[in-house]
Amino acid sequence: MLDLFEMIAKRLGLGILTLWLVSVVIFFSVELLPGDIAEEILGQSATPETLAALRTELGLDRTALVRYFDWLWDFTRGDFGVSLANGRDISEILVFRFSNTLFLAAYAALIAIPFAITLGILVALYRETIFDRIANIVTLSFISFPEFFIAYILILLLSVKLGWFPSLANVSEGTTFLQRLDLLFLPALTLTLVVMAHMMRMTRAAIVNLLAMPYVEMAVLKGVSPIRLLVVHALPNALSPIINVVALNLAFLITGVVLVEVVFVYPGLGQLLVDSVSKRDIPVVQASCLAFAMTYILLNLTADVLSIATNPRLMHKR
Amino acid sequence: MKKLFETAPPTAIFGMIIVAIYLILMLFAPLIAPYSETSIVGQQFEPWGGAFLLGTDNLGRDFLSRLIYAARNTVGLALLTTVVAFALGGFSGLLAAARGGWVDQLLSRIVDVMMSIPSLIFSLLLLTIAGTNALTLILVIGVLDSTRVFRLARAVALNVVVTDFFEASRLRGEGLMWQIRREILPNVMAPLIAEFGLRFCFVFLTISALSFLGLGIQVPSADWGSMVRDNATLISFGDITPLIPAGAIALLTVAVNFIVDWFLRLSSGLKITKG
Repeated sequence: MLDLFEMIAKRLGLGILTLWLVSVVIFFSVELLPGDIAEEILGQSATPETLAALRTELGLDRTALVRYFDWLWDFTRGDFGVSLANGRDISEILVFRFSNTLFLAAYAALIAIPFAITLGILVALYRETIFDRIANIVTLSFISFPEFFIAYILILLLSVKLGWFPSLANVSEGTTFLQRLDLLFLPALTLTLVVMAHMMRMTRAAIVNLLAMPYVEMAVLKGVSPIRLLVVHALPNALSPIINVVALNLAFLITGVVLVEVVFVYPGLGQLLVDSVSKRDIPVVQASCLAFAMTYILLNLTADVLSIATNPRLMHKR
Repeated sequence: MKKLFETAPPTAIFGMIIVAIYLILMLFAPLIAPYSETSIVGQQFEPWGGAFLLGTDNLGRDFLSRLIYAARNTVGLALLTTVVAFALGGFSGLLAAARGGWVDQLLSRIVDVMMSIPSLIFSLLLLTIAGTNALTLILVIGVLDSTRVFRLARAVALNVVVTDFFEASRLRGEGLMWQIRREILPNVMAPLIAEFGLRFCFVFLTISALSFLGLGIQVPSADWGSMVRDNATLISFGDITPLIPAGAIALLTVAVNFIVDWFLRLSSGLKITKG
């Protein structure tokens, strides 16, 4: 058991280190900008005096290192500065947007995970049959589709032609939970289709690898029933790869969310990021990138820790 | 060679035919397209048929012609970016494996950090800073995607580095570049070629996604991602025209994936089941 805690502690330490390095990358890549944010804001109308004044106001006259630690310190207390485009407090916007994005991602995950894993296990059991081959072609195709293609097909079929679901996910703070479920059904379904294919293929691969192991063959030869074989012999060892698959795809959801939010005009973090990129609103871009990266790293970290914790070989003393 | 193609599964044959069609469209776009890429030839959103086979777009340009020219722009840019990613990632991956020691450590840690930021998010950040044009697009996505190539190239090359013949080449005093080119590269070609196909798909989808978001290939060049976005309003009237460019992206990616799938089965030595 000591091994287990040691490994988990190591992972956590590594995760914090990664987070810190990512903040360094995000902060200092802006320093690559020819000129600085002050020149960016003032543009053509800049005179040396106004530039100097704005630099003092934004604190740009200090060295990059000082500004970095200042930024990081503010960040850890939830102060993200103000947007260049409209002067609003970034943390205010970010909280609303980010909770929307997390809601959408969670909604999609709740549909996708049970479906994908069940189908993945079924395909692994009936591998090399016609069922498996069709599943292979269908999932490969879905992986190859751009997110917006799936989204528009769903809009065309389920919203325009059949009129079952709304095609715009225009939620506001007053929208009730049930309304949200209805408004977000198409975006969630799009994300589900995108991730499910990945998850299913990876679940299948994990289980097929496992079924080729000598101990499974041994169990078969002993005459263990197929259900017992799967649940008692295979599943404990498959748990850790499956958890990995799920977490990897949740991380994948985080990126897919950007496009889906734009298609459905959903006020989430992805939409905010894209808008800010075209406006070159650098503080907002930095803050949302860091928020996305943090979620991504945390998900991967959780996956690592869980897959270590569920590994049966580490549960017992050697 | 002929036998090889005879054993190809139907999906792979389908993939190869599609890729061939796209290549022809790319090479002979000016000969095939009825109108030019950027000229306004009619009213906005004209319906299918008549002078315009697929109607016109939001500015009154011929949809079919833009669809054909976009093959050049989007696929060409994606290919170029993939080449950049491979040159950079492949070389540094092989170098890290062959050289080992601190070079390997340094490169691997840099890649670890870069990969811990989701690549679409990272490229959005870098494009904000560098601005969007074809060159920055190629460089940003090329560099970000090279991390994946690096991981794979390093992993497969590590298997070669531990073999006896590689040890012998070291004792013979072969130079590092010679070793990479003559000892490692021939032994890791198969997985790298498969990876090239997969990488191309990812790069192609990323560029299309960025163009769809209005941050990729810039106007007035035709490109599938931005064609979908510019004409998306038609979908709410039940018109499928905007889905055609999106379908063109999907079809090419499916085709390449089918070929790669077949190639992977071949090179991994798995028996191909008759089907």
